[in-house]
Amino acid sequence: MQVDLTINGEKHQTDVEPRLLLVHLIRDVLRLTGTHIGCDTTHCGACTVLLEGRPVKSCTLFAVQANGKQLMTVEGLEQDGKLHPLQEGFMAEHGLQCGYCTPGMLMTSFAFLQKHPKPSEDDIRWAISGNLCRCTGYVNIVKAVQHAAATLNGGA
Amino acid sequence: MIPAAFAYHAPTSLAEATSLLGKLGDGAKVLSGGQSLIPLMKLRLTSPPHVVDINGIPGLAYLKEADGFLRIGALTRECELDDSELIRTRYPLLHDVCKVIADPLVRNLATVAGNLAHGDPANDHPAAMLALGAEVVALGGTGERRIPIASFFTGPFETALRADEILTEIRVPVPAPKSGGAYMKLERKVGDFATAAVAVQVTLSAAGACEYVGIGLTNVGLTPIQATRAEAALKGKTPDDPVIAEAAQLAADSAEPSDDLRGPAEYKKDLVRVLTTRALRRALERAARR
Repeated sequence: MQVDLTINGEKHQTDVEPRLLLVHLIRDVLRLTGTHIGCDTTHCGACTVLLEGRPVKSCTLFAVQANGKQLMTVEGLEQDGKLHPLQEGFMAEHGLQCGYCTPGMLMTSFAFLQKHPKPSEDDIRWAISGNLCRCTGYVNIVKAVQHAAATLNGGA
Repeated sequence: MIPAAFAYHAPTSLAEATSLLGKLGDGAKVLSGGQSLIPLMKLRLTSPPHVVDINGIPGLAYLKEADGFLRIGALTRECELDDSELIRTRYPLLHDVCKVIADPLVRNLATVAGNLAHGDPANDHPAAMLALGAEVVALGGTGERRIPIASFFTGPFETALRADEILTEIRVPVPAPKSGGAYMKLERKVGDFATAAVAVQVTLSAAGACEYVGIGLTNVGLTPIQATRAEAALKGKTPDDPVIAEAAQLAADSAEPSDDLRGPAEYKKDLVRVLTTRALRRALERAARR
């Protein structure tokens, strides 16, 4: 089946089997390997991408369902060679160790901060409750999101 | 994990969808949010030869009160309940539920209607809709019918929907003044199914007696369970401590849980007693405030 979609502002047209999962289209066909496959069972959120602005688990969606849609992956965060404040925040606050969950954390947090520019710690923990990190225990991830929120609010 | 191959259909109208389902029969599955269906297909616990994706049908995502009912469309996502002022202020039971289903990412795709149509006794909306006395609208080749939620869940992963029918709308009666509800769920972690959960909806009379009581139980039987004996014990009575204690025990008695990784049956039965007590208290508090 032919699928037309826009990822990070770029149009793509590919021919896929209906059973191809969106994450496999993104990684294996379009070679955007920033999006990770973690659990492959809808639990971990490492494969999170934005579908029409909403963070979703791309391992639990068929590529054909994204036909005609706008997607954003972690590769879309950096603009003109400049990292997004969230990416800066994850570096500054040591929001990652192995980095496996990071693309999912970034995409969930990106969508979250657009809706909640001044979140509390509880709000952040709630927002990322569908993204699992097995290294850090979330403390620095929360700090990284707070760091980004402060930057985006003009505090840096 | 790769699902088995299937033919993909993307109808753009309900008429086209029901006609497709009529033709394909049991070989087709309806895809709405896909957050239950796709994991099952990846595990190959189900391998439908045809998938009918209804996401391209316009006009099915809505949440509104009209003609005495809260109407929830077939494609209304869980996250839309969470964002809705109407749900937050008038349907506290549904607001509780939409915060504890799976996780926020899953809720961005998962639909309320799918949560019912999947027929999983571990899902959260069935108990809530039993407590609220909802009904569902099913559209098939021969027309539309309304199914009371109490007769909708016919077995594990089985519902009253026929192979050619789509659940197009959920109708929840608009609550009378002095109504309140609550959902109490114990889960091991975010995203897990309930160890047990209890949904309660009540309406109080001017004198403070229970005029309406609905109690639904999650994941303690082969189907979602309506605790009818517990409801009867409360109806017409002032819900004081002994009455609540008796109702909670009756709710526990109506649970038929099995031993599994989430705990032994005996524990889950007692959990139903405790959660019913707490859900009743919270629902009554909320009802008294309205």
